[in-house]
Amino acid sequence: MSIETKQLSFCYGKKTVIEELNLNINMGFNVLLGPNGAGKSTLFSMLTGLYQATSGSIKINGYDLKTDRAQIMRSMGVVFQQSTLDLDLSVKQNLVYYAALHGISSSQALVNISEILSQLELTPRLNDKVRTLNGGHRRRVEIARALIHQPKVLLLDEATVGLDIDSRKMITEYVGTLCQQLGICVLWATHLIDEISAEDQLIIINEGKIKAQGVSKQLCETHKVADIYQLYRTLTANVELI
Amino acid sequence: MNLSYIYCFIGIVKREVLRFFQQRSRLLSALVRPLLWLVVFASGFRAALGVSIMEPYGTYITYQQYIAPGLCCMIILFNGMQSSLSMVYDREMGSMKVLLMSPLPRPFLLCCKLIASALLSLLQVVIFLLFAQLVDVDIPLIGYFTAIPAIFLIAFFLGALGLMLSNLIKQLENFAGVMNFVIFPMFFLSSALYPLWKMQEASIWLYWLCQFNPFTACVELLRFALYGQMNTAALMTVLIVTSIASIFALMSFKPQHGRSGR
Repeated sequence: MSIETKQLSFCYGKKTVIEELNLNINMGFNVLLGPNGAGKSTLFSMLTGLYQATSGSIKINGYDLKTDRAQIMRSMGVVFQQSTLDLDLSVKQNLVYYAALHGISSSQALVNISEILSQLELTPRLNDKVRTLNGGHRRRVEIARALIHQPKVLLLDEATVGLDIDSRKMITEYVGTLCQQLGICVLWATHLIDEISAEDQLIIINEGKIKAQGVSKQLCETHKVADIYQLYRTLTANVELI
Repeated sequence: MNLSYIYCFIGIVKREVLRFFQQRSRLLSALVRPLLWLVVFASGFRAALGVSIMEPYGTYITYQQYIAPGLCCMIILFNGMQSSLSMVYDREMGSMKVLLMSPLPRPFLLCCKLIASALLSLLQVVIFLLFAQLVDVDIPLIGYFTAIPAIFLIAFFLGALGLMLSNLIKQLENFAGVMNFVIFPMFFLSSALYPLWKMQEASIWLYWLCQFNPFTACVELLRFALYGQMNTAALMTVLIVTSIASIFALMSFKPQHGRSGR
């Protein structure tokens, strides 16, 4: 379970958004930290094959994205920054639809859905329309959706933005538990420093470049700073923090 | 065929049907528009526009009867464009990303969307034709069956055309403008509302424009199919334009289009 990029670049017109990015992410909980506009969402779009890299390569679980897209998509779950649920459909209908896109029969999907929703405490909302759910519940549905096909790699792009403290805590703890129980590779993009613990694998990105990568505690020691906040400020020279 | 393709196809069609029935106003407006044309417009114009005996009709027909196939095509045209509008919306809102996260090939996924949209068009046309019976539009029973493949083919073509247009449109706001340059010229420059020989009497260059409009072929294909007959020239034209539109639509599809893709 790994994500590997080599000399990965992406340009919007003449503007370079990702510049020769070399990443090596392994199993466990990995945090991608960077300010707004650092290139996190663009990197996610490239990892999911939505954007084609201007140059460089992406390998996920050993498969090359250019040649083995189907294999990669089968083993990847994604929660996008922007909500992508169908508001007019129920939770169940949204999840069954996504399962179908992955070639899963509705009977098998219902088994998977039942299990995941109970873990996310969403079973009572199964037949509710997404429109009637609050932000926290919607996010949980999106996480459930990303897990239906039992992926080995889970990408979450600012999955807790706009949520209250309890919802954020619930989601971060759940994803952390998933990492331990299932041994999957999680890439968690955020700009919220309080979501990072001292033991997490941390990648700091700014202006499309990797500024630091390693265990957050060790990175703080290496850069001789007291905490992740100081580390982040030192490496990004950015004061726009939450 | 791999079962996952079948599950995926069923999933996409089911989702489109569910969405359609959730948006009841869409069904209502899809039916009200052509029914208004049939009941109000046709009643007013039947006196002004005499329709002589022509193929595929074996006798004199009412104006309502004449424009019924054109109005069916109008339903399909609007539905096709509405589906492409929803594609632009999905792209802007991000739901398109969900579709594209499927491990199955993208051309297959887009074809499933087009087929789902075509099935919805078929449903709307059948409902419209049942209502049309109330205003003396006589369709032989066999016509309902022979029209099904024609409606499906036309719907696929117009859906592919809509998808092709949606690929060219970067923002939702631009959609309405482009549609005005597509829907109205396509509809009015066709044999939907008046026979082409009438148009020829009025203006020869307009007549030729109508002749080259693929929507005319769609209308004529359906007009003949509704009476259990085959218009081979129209069928060939629709098959050719469907192939061209589908190839262009699938080739020009770029997921990073739209605001979410900057």
